[in-house]
Amino acid sequence: MSTHRVVVLDYGSGNVRSAVRALERVGAAVELTADPEAALAADGLVVPGVGAFASVMEGLRSVGAPRLIDLRLAGGRPVLGICVGLQVMFTRGEEHGAPAEGLDQWEGVVERLDAPVVPHMGWSTVEPPENSALFAGIERERFYFVHSYAARSAPDFVDVTWSQHGPTRFVAAAENGPLRATQFHPEKSGDAGAELLRNWLGTL
Amino acid sequence: MTVAIRVVPCLDVDAGRVVKGVNFENLRDAGDPVELARRYDAESADEVTFLDVSASTDGRATTLEIVSRTAEQVFVPLTVGGGVRSAEDVDALLRAGADKVGVNTAAIARPELIAEIAARFGSQVLVLSVDARRTREGVTTPSGFEVTTHGGRRGTGLDALEWVRRAEELGVGEVLLNSIDADGTTSGFDLEMIARVRSEVSVPLIASGGAGTVEHFVDAARAGADALLAASVFHFGALSVGEVKAALREADFPVR
Repeated sequence: MSTHRVVVLDYGSGNVRSAVRALERVGAAVELTADPEAALAADGLVVPGVGAFASVMEGLRSVGAPRLIDLRLAGGRPVLGICVGLQVMFTRGEEHGAPAEGLDQWEGVVERLDAPVVPHMGWSTVEPPENSALFAGIERERFYFVHSYAARSAPDFVDVTWSQHGPTRFVAAAENGPLRATQFHPEKSGDAGAELLRNWLGTL
Repeated sequence: MTVAIRVVPCLDVDAGRVVKGVNFENLRDAGDPVELARRYDAESADEVTFLDVSASTDGRATTLEIVSRTAEQVFVPLTVGGGVRSAEDVDALLRAGADKVGVNTAAIARPELIAEIAARFGSQVLVLSVDARRTREGVTTPSGFEVTTHGGRRGTGLDALEWVRRAEELGVGEVLLNSIDADGTTSGFDLEMIARVRSEVSVPLIASGGAGTVEHFVDAARAGADALLAASVFHFGALSVGEVKAALREADFPVR
């Protein structure tokens, strides 16, 4: 099997090097770039996201990412969103009371977590659906989350992995054909996170 | 489905070397922070914290390089604190590979720094580090706890509970609460202080200072800490991360 070529989209979002290193660790050939041709040609595209929903969307628009993602998905080419990179796949975010438009791949709203302690910071278990590609063999592991906002529902056609913080159940991961995303950080989730990334490479 | 209690080893780094004692067996170079961080990662530490205690600019530059090398090899979150004075300092640390950055003295001098960092990088990267003690020498604060600087050698007169509440309003995403009274005693965390701060803020709380036995960690979790930080008990091999987690699990706390 040849090495999978992965582009991690570089649009000024926080600590993206850890995503690059984690993918390299599981054998991918990784390029950190915002070059449209490279992003379209790669076997897999990773959309990282750290910080506020609106600023992540601004960064994505500045490199033409919405169209790049549409073009990849139209051709069945895999895309993996991480953290706010999951959130922006939904219709809109409601951070700080100011709604911001998302990529609207999945109908739904990203809202503040309702729990005694927020942000949700640390290692939590998840409930993947049967036959999840991402969670094969790691269904019972914990993954590292750090977020104050989350999607609480997703369209029926999306395979949702749920988690819970306080009383709030939220979308911990979503899989829909070539479009997959995790609310947690696989690149910071130790061996379990590495296994998830390996599983994702297996879908490319 | 509850988030696990985090166990966090802390390394004091001066000019690229771990200071405070380290006494591991089978470690080629016990003073190398990168090697120690890897070791703690392998022992299932939930995060690793570096505290930069360098006095010089050169020392701080070396810390950036250490953070970068560590982030190459450690796949759990890395927090770096010590000497952070500006949003530019935070930017440099995040670019080097830190996931979270701690602010302390500079935020006491200029609280707006918290809001500036939170606005630019998000609250999730920002940890307020507080060195607090019970008031003494005629000083009084409403809570009876006072914020200190210079490793606890100087009082500020600032009420510790009011400070963490204000910092939360300004945008910190987490509080690292270090008890100056308990630090180094190995006789247990300051449980009253943990409980008081826990009831004051809704951001996650990391308890630090005083760990000596596995029971101490359990007590601090019962007092409301979301994460438990320690240095010397781990460095000297008195306790392993795994032993602490086993005790927490035994006490019905979720652990990774």
